[in-house]
Amino acid sequence: MTSTVPRGSAGTKRKPVASGGATGRRERARGLGLRTRFRRDRTLILMTLPVVLLLLVFNYVPILGNVVAFQDYDPYLSDNGFIAVFQSPWVGLEQFERVVQDAGFWHAVRNTFVLFLLQLVLFFPIPVALALLINSVVRPRVRAVAQAIMYLPHFFSWVLVVTVFQQVFGGAGVLAQALREHGHPGFDIMTDPAVFKYLVTAEMVWKDAGWGIIVFLAALAAVPHDLYEAAAMDGAGRWRRMWHITLPALRPVIALLLVLRVGDALTVGFEQFLLQRQAVGPDASEVLDTYVWWNGIRNQDFSYAAAAGLIKGVVGLSLVLVANKAAHLMGEQGVYKK
Amino acid sequence: MSAVVGRPVPEGVRGRSRWAAPPRPVWEEEPAKAGLAAKGLVLGIACFAVLFPLWIVIVTSLSPKKVIDDTGGLVVIPKGITFVAYQELLGGGQVQRAALVSIGVTLVGTLFSMTVSVLCAYGLSRRDSLGHRWILMTLLATMFFGAGLIPTYLLVQALGLTDTYLALILPSAVSVFNILVLRGFFMGISPELVDSARIDGAGDWRILWRIVLPLSRAVLAVITLFYAVGYWSAWFNASIYLTDQKMMPLQNVMIQLVQKQERPVGLSAQINTGQLSPLAVQMAVMVLALLPVAVLSPFVQKHFRKGMLTGAVKG
Repeated sequence: MTSTVPRGSAGTKRKPVASGGATGRRERARGLGLRTRFRRDRTLILMTLPVVLLLLVFNYVPILGNVVAFQDYDPYLSDNGFIAVFQSPWVGLEQFERVVQDAGFWHAVRNTFVLFLLQLVLFFPIPVALALLINSVVRPRVRAVAQAIMYLPHFFSWVLVVTVFQQVFGGAGVLAQALREHGHPGFDIMTDPAVFKYLVTAEMVWKDAGWGIIVFLAALAAVPHDLYEAAAMDGAGRWRRMWHITLPALRPVIALLLVLRVGDALTVGFEQFLLQRQAVGPDASEVLDTYVWWNGIRNQDFSYAAAAGLIKGVVGLSLVLVANKAAHLMGEQGVYKK
Repeated sequence: MSAVVGRPVPEGVRGRSRWAAPPRPVWEEEPAKAGLAAKGLVLGIACFAVLFPLWIVIVTSLSPKKVIDDTGGLVVIPKGITFVAYQELLGGGQVQRAALVSIGVTLVGTLFSMTVSVLCAYGLSRRDSLGHRWILMTLLATMFFGAGLIPTYLLVQALGLTDTYLALILPSAVSVFNILVLRGFFMGISPELVDSARIDGAGDWRILWRIVLPLSRAVLAVITLFYAVGYWSAWFNASIYLTDQKMMPLQNVMIQLVQKQERPVGLSAQINTGQLSPLAVQMAVMVLALLPVAVLSPFVQKHFRKGMLTGAVKG
């Protein structure tokens, strides 16, 4: 496999060279005045400007927009919805009280957590298992083809994935139709609220399990081969080598992904649920994200939905912090360092 | 990290068939027949699960109406091929316009996202540059908390972007993850090379254009694909920011046609007179939606791992 990448480029930290290396320059940089450093680096700063501006406008300014959660926001007070924010009356925590007193909100919370746990148990281990399997395949061409096929669904849109499932498992789908031909009444999984949570998990597995193996395969490729050789010399068989060498090598990656997953627990698949909300009904499919969407965008109750969204955001952020703390306690690095 | 996928392939193997197994290291046991069979079976099932649904979608879209009516739904085994459904869809009308909208948004959006991302990644790639830590923090913070749906919606409305194609591009133009991947890659490029160019009088723009970008083709291909797929697959922004049906991209039209079982505008005549199966039309729309992605991603596939690795979260 040829590549245009220079040797050792994949994120390796280079040893500082006496004069030209990164550290050498940084030491000199300390001696430089702010103005000189600005003159030297102004092109670099200029280059980052478009992204910084985009993020400020579309990610930071809206954070301030959350003040509507403390208001009784009325978009029709002004021609411009932004100006209307300044004219809307303040109501304190009234919107939050409405949210926590609403049974629909708690229903969405429960659905979200049930789905998260289900994903953790039924989705999370599959990429690890697949990666171990692929890694044990010796023939390079077989590996490449299998990987190419498994990666594919990751690049399909949720619209496509949901539609494909509908065509295979839906009431008019291939399976139901084949059963009907053999005298069975057929079925329709897509509109059955009872199996909805398994259905969405299956969709998730179909779409992203193959993609999830990449990072594990990378971790596996980094295991030094002499470890296996030494273990084999000491009489460790195939399974013992997997248990004592391969799996420990995956431990940090698994911990990192677990932390990320727990931190993202309240976001269980917005697009996917929105697309199927109509078919199965909100009872089974309402999660926090779709709850905010329904009340805010659909029912135009912006303040109420913003309050619900804010609760979700705050709980989500604390989950990241807690999960990361837990990772540190387990002796793993987690997402960010202490 | 070795560039070879997984197991290093000894030199002698080059001459033999690339499907053949490379020789095992002496210390490794020969696998049992049953184990090999089980492994093959699981891999086979996994690949079948991916390919089978795509197969029936493609076959149905190509089947004549009679075959579809006979099977009573989706076709698994093709009997006869016709391109009627595609001709109808691409002969003008709702779906063709939607496909053009999607292509346009994807091209313009990807170009815009790539430009700002590459510039930003290069701007942040020098370890000692003024203020790069602060800017990096600004970027990273957005990975941990978002503003939420409602305020973002209100902002896009207030900026007057509703019912413009900019609403499909600007709010989600930047992926911080992609920038980190690019930055990681740029930082790995030999500093000696960059320094010697600077001594020769090259400025940052020239270094980026003549040295860094040519060395980063692999990661650029991966990130371009990520952005392009993002734009191609997006439907949510269009569904909340666009009210004009004529502006809808392909994914949104697909929701209407396939999920809500609506008939495509302008095609009902052919469908009603029985020349064209509505199912074939629906499946043809799906094929249009998946085709570019399915064709492009295998080419970029070999670079995925390197790209993802460099991007693994680091400050």
